[in-house]
Amino acid sequence: MLRPDHLTAVVLFAICVSIVFGITQRDTPPKMVRFGAYCFVLFVGAAFVLSWAMFLIAR
Amino acid sequence: MATPQIRTGAAPRNPSKQGFVYLPLIAGWLIPGAGHFLLRKWGRGALLAASIIGMFALGIGMNGKLYANAHEILDLLGLVGDLGNGLLYFVSRALSLGADQVQVTTGDYGTRFIVVAGLLNVIAAVDAHNLRTGRKSA
Repeated sequence: MLRPDHLTAVVLFAICVSIVFGITQRDTPPKMVRFGAYCFVLFVGAAFVLSWAMFLIAR
Repeated sequence: MATPQIRTGAAPRNPSKQGFVYLPLIAGWLIPGAGHFLLRKWGRGALLAASIIGMFALGIGMNGKLYANAHEILDLLGLVGDLGNGLLYFVSRALSLGADQVQVTTGDYGTRFIVVAGLLNVIAAVDAHNLRTGRKSA
């Protein structure tokens, strides 16, 4: 059974979803790559920001 | 002297644009990436298949839950998401893969991975349909 930690799960999730979003939401390959990378950064970045926010709220 | 080209008025035939218009949609739902393969979008189809099947496999590997019934509204939403995986869902159910109850944290992650893989597969199948109808440019 796979037991990834939270960050690994977030990164795996972001990779898969960003690829599909990039391919389906844009018309040309360069735009697909750019949008996929943009989605990946937003997914992972949002996880970091929300994690720090929850950490600071809990203190 | 250049010979004049004869124009017949017939549109050039594209094999990927012939046949049943909903075939890429249905094939893409049943098998991730198959809709794009039918339209000869080999690279896109391979990436979509790898992402969606990989995400589903990760979910199963994390002992995620496969929704089997819909007694509650949240279960219904999960079941609809799971059904988006097409044959992956039915084959996994037949092989009794996945967990009946989520007992560990990674099982909860896995359940979400499986549901999101199904939703992404629906998006990919609709994208193949849009390419087939010409709503989306190649």
